[in-house]
Amino acid sequence: MNNRLRELRGERGWSQQHLGDLLEVSRQSVNAIEAGRYDPSLPLAFRIAELFELKIEEVFESPSRSPGK
Amino acid sequence: MAKSLAQRRYNMAVLGCSAGYAAALFGAAAYFNNHPDARGVTAYAAATVPALLIIGVFVAIGRYLIEERDEYLRLLMVRQSLIASGLALSVATLWGFLESFGLAPHIDAYWIAVVWFGGLGVGSCINKFTVGRAA
Repeated sequence: MNNRLRELRGERGWSQQHLGDLLEVSRQSVNAIEAGRYDPSLPLAFRIAELFELKIEEVFESPSRSPGK
Repeated sequence: MAKSLAQRRYNMAVLGCSAGYAAALFGAAAYFNNHPDARGVTAYAAATVPALLIIGVFVAIGRYLIEERDEYLRLLMVRQSLIASGLALSVATLWGFLESFGLAPHIDAYWIAVVWFGGLGVGSCINKFTVGRAA
């Protein structure tokens, strides 16, 4: 699932480790989500959106609305 | 990299079981060398303790899956365990039929556990090249 996590993290100058600490997940989890290798659960996706004070669809791109779908 | 509490507990449990297993296996081998015809309670205990310590590793993996709060790390271990189980069951089934028809020699059943642990390694490699890795 495409997302803006790397971009949002970069805007704040946070490392993956720091973001992982804020979300209470591992750096590997942040890396996997950013790379689109792992789709987070709904509760974790909400935690991520709430951390950036955005709506969930402003962070994660709906797979059914992705270009070419 | 900092390990989660669940990972640290898992590592400690696996290390403890592994060290205990080595000691128990050494003790059992020594006991049966000195008592080749032993059949009593002590003999059963000597033969069972190494197995219980291997089972302890399975328990540690189950406990890790329950205690790990990081859903991505949990997924990696679930995938590893499923790959290991699929591999071990497939090898056991295949070998069992070959052995039944006299096409393969008899092997002791505990080798299935050895294959399963090897499957964890295979699962780790598959994780690394598909969804990433834990460390």
